Amino acid sequence: MTMTTMMRPAASALLGQTSGSGGSAPRPGESLPGAPLSTPVPLAGTTTLTMAKAINAGLRQAMLDDPKVVLLGEDIGLLGGVFRVTSDLLAEFGARRVIDTPLAESAIIGTAVGLAYRGYRPVCEIQFDGFIFPGFDQIVSQVAKLHYRTQGRVSMPITIRVPFGGGIGAAEHHSESPEAYFTHTSGLRVIAVSDPQDAYGLIRQAIASDDPVLYFEPKRRYHVKGEVSPELGAPMERARVVAAGTDVTLLCYGALVSTAKDAALAADDEGVSIEVIDLRSLSPVDYETVEASVRKTGRLVITHEAARSGGLGGEIAAVVTERCFDYLEAAPVRVTGFDIPYPPAKLESHHLPDLDRILDGVDRALGRQR
Amino acid sequence: MSESFPGENPVTFLQLVSPEGVRVASETADPWLDDVSGADLVALYQDMVVVRRIDTEATALQRQGELGLWPPLLGQEAAQIGSARALRADDFVFTSYRENAVAWCRGVGLTDIVRVWRGNAQSGWDPYSVGMATPAIIIGAQTLHATGWALGAQHDGTDSVAVAYFGDGATSEGDVSEALVFAASFQAPVIFFCQNNQWAISEPVGLQSRANLVDRALGFGIPGIRVDGNDVLAVLAATRMALHRARTGGGPTFIEAVTYRMGPHTTADDPTRYRPAAELEEWRAKDPILRLERLLDSLGLLSSELADQTRGLADAAAAELRAGCIGLADPEPLTVFDHVFATPNATLDRQRAEYAHYLASFDSTGGKA
Repeated sequence: MTMTTMMRPAASALLGQTSGSGGSAPRPGESLPGAPLSTPVPLAGTTTLTMAKAINAGLRQAMLDDPKVVLLGEDIGLLGGVFRVTSDLLAEFGARRVIDTPLAESAIIGTAVGLAYRGYRPVCEIQFDGFIFPGFDQIVSQVAKLHYRTQGRVSMPITIRVPFGGGIGAAEHHSESPEAYFTHTSGLRVIAVSDPQDAYGLIRQAIASDDPVLYFEPKRRYHVKGEVSPELGAPMERARVVAAGTDVTLLCYGALVSTAKDAALAADDEGVSIEVIDLRSLSPVDYETVEASVRKTGRLVITHEAARSGGLGGEIAAVVTERCFDYLEAAPVRVTGFDIPYPPAKLESHHLPDLDRILDGVDRALGRQR
Repeated sequence: MSESFPGENPVTFLQLVSPEGVRVASETADPWLDDVSGADLVALYQDMVVVRRIDTEATALQRQGELGLWPPLLGQEAAQIGSARALRADDFVFTSYRENAVAWCRGVGLTDIVRVWRGNAQSGWDPYSVGMATPAIIIGAQTLHATGWALGAQHDGTDSVAVAYFGDGATSEGDVSEALVFAASFQAPVIFFCQNNQWAISEPVGLQSRANLVDRALGFGIPGIRVDGNDVLAVLAATRMALHRARTGGGPTFIEAVTYRMGPHTTADDPTRYRPAAELEEWRAKDPILRLERLLDSLGLLSSELADQTRGLADAAAAELRAGCIGLADPEPLTVFDHVFATPNATLDRQRAEYAHYLASFDSTGGKA
C-alpha cells in the first residue's frame, strides 16, 4: 500500500507524496450562501392543508430544491414522525435523506453539525419540546457558536424543528415552551409559526438560511386547516400585523396567535380596537414593526405560554420601554404561563393564557381594573 | 507480546517497538508497514522531535506571559504523529485541544496553533484548508461531529474517513457513547481515536472506567484495537488498519492508544498535587521519542548529522512559533460583533452601532475609535 498523504511535507519524500482519491476535503462553498429557493413548487396552486401537511409540503419542496437537505429524527421514516409531519418523505427520498436515528437527541444535533461541516443542510426533528434538553449542549455550545468560533469559515445551516406548547392534555415533558433558552443564545435564529401558510413559507426559509434556526411548531394547531399557496411569505425576521387596531398592541406567537385574534374580535364588540402582531421571529424580534404599532397605540400587551420570569415578554417590554417611553400610556402588560413546571393536564387550562386572560391583560393596559 | 487481529475483542496490546527500542515482529501488523523505509522512520522521528520542541516553546511563551494558557502534549507525540501521518488529505479530523501534533501534521500554521491560546480568536485556522476542524473544548462533543461528517462522506460515495480524537476522560461523556451508537448503526467511516493518557486533569483513568477503554467498543458492536500509544509504528499500523476498514465499508473502529500525559493538564495545572512522582518516572522510561531513537540507532540511522539537522528543524519551528505569536496584533474592538450570524441581524447590528458610537465618544478627533 501507499504510504500516507500528509498535509505538511515531512522530511521523507515518501511520506509526503500521495493524495487521496478525493483530493482535499470538500469545502461546502457551492451551496452557500443560501440554498436555492426558486424552483417550481409541487403544490398545485392554493390548497387547503393542515399545518402538519403544510410543513410536510415545505420540507418536500426544500428536499427537491437542494440535494444537500437531509432530515434526521426519531420515528420520522416509516411512521412519518409522531405528528406525521414527515409522512411519505422516506418513500420519496430514501433512507439516506430521511434518517431514522437512534434515540439520542445530542447525537441528532451533533451529527447534524458534522453533516453541516461537510456541506449538508440538515433538518432535525426533536420529537417533543421537553426532549430537546439532552441536545441543549450541542445546540448552545456548537450549533450556535461555530460560525463565530471559526470567524465565518464554517456555517451551520441547520434547522431544528420543535413541536412546542400545551393544550393537548399530554403527559409531562410534552407541552413545554422552551423558546427563551434559545432566544437568549447568541448565534441562533428562533421562529414560531402559527398557521399553515406561514408554516409552509417559514420552513422553506429556515432551511434555506445559512444560520441555524430553531423552528417551533405549535402542536395544538397541527390539525387546523388553512389555505396554502406556494408563497414564501414575509421574510423570516419580520413580524406581521394579523389584525389592525388603534387602542392596544397585542404581541403573540405560535398557538396564541389564534387566541389573540379571537380576543381582538371580542374586544371589538366592546369598542376596543386591538392590533394583533404575530412576532414569527422570536430572535431577532422585529422591533421596527413592534415599535411602529406601540407608537400608534401607546399600550402594549405581550402573551406567551412560556413562564413569565426571564421570558421573551420581559425582554420585549424592556426594549419597548427604552425606545418608546414617551409614547407609552401605561406600563407594558404580560399575560403568560406561570413560573411553574408544566402542570398536569387537568390544570393546564389555568396555566395557559386564554381569551379571557388576554382580555384581562388588555383591560389592565387600558387602566380598567376589575 | 500477545495480540489478536483487530476486531476480535478482547484485543490485548499491539506493540511493535519495545521501550528498549527493539523491533517486535507481528504477523498481523507488519504487513501494514511493508512500505515504511528507514527514511520514513527518520521522518516520523523528526516530526516527534519538532512537535515536542513546539510544545516546549509554547509552554515557555505561556510562562513569559505571551500565551494565556497552553495544553502540553508532552509524552503523546507518538500517538498523535503515528495516527495523523496515516491520513490522507481528504480525510477530516475532529479533535480536542491537545492535538497540536495532529495540527502540525495537517499543515496548520504554527502561529495559527497559538492564536486561541493568546486570546486573539476562538479558533486558529480554516478547517477546510487543512481537513481539520477547529478544536472542541467541550469534552467529547467532537466525536458526534466526526460521526456526522462520516455519514456525509458515506452518502457522498467517497472513501474519505473522519477521525475523532478524544481522551480517556471523554469516554465518560454521553456524547461519546451516542457517537459510538450512531457510528455503529450507520456503519459510518469514522475512527474513534482515544488517547488514554491516564489522567483527566486530576482524575485517574480508573475513575472513568473499570475496564480497558477499548473493551467498551465491543458493546457497541465496534471493533477495537488497544495499542501502545508511545510506539509510533504500532499507532501507524493500527490507524492504517482502521482506515482500511472504514474506506472499504467496514464501518467504525475504536483505537485506544495507551500513552501518558507527562506534563500538566494545562499550564494552569499542578500535577504534583495528585500524581505520584514514581509514576512519571515509570513512564519516562517508555518515552516515545527515546524508543524510536534507540531503534534508529540499532538500525544505524542515527548520526550526528541527523541530530544536527533535527535540532535545526526544531529550533526553526520554535523560532517561527515565537515570532508569530509575539507578532499577533490585538483584534480590533468592533470585530467582537463579527460572524455571530451568517446573515444580517437587526438586533446585533444595533448593538454594534451603539458600541461604535460609545467608543467614538472617547475620540476627541471624532475619528474611528
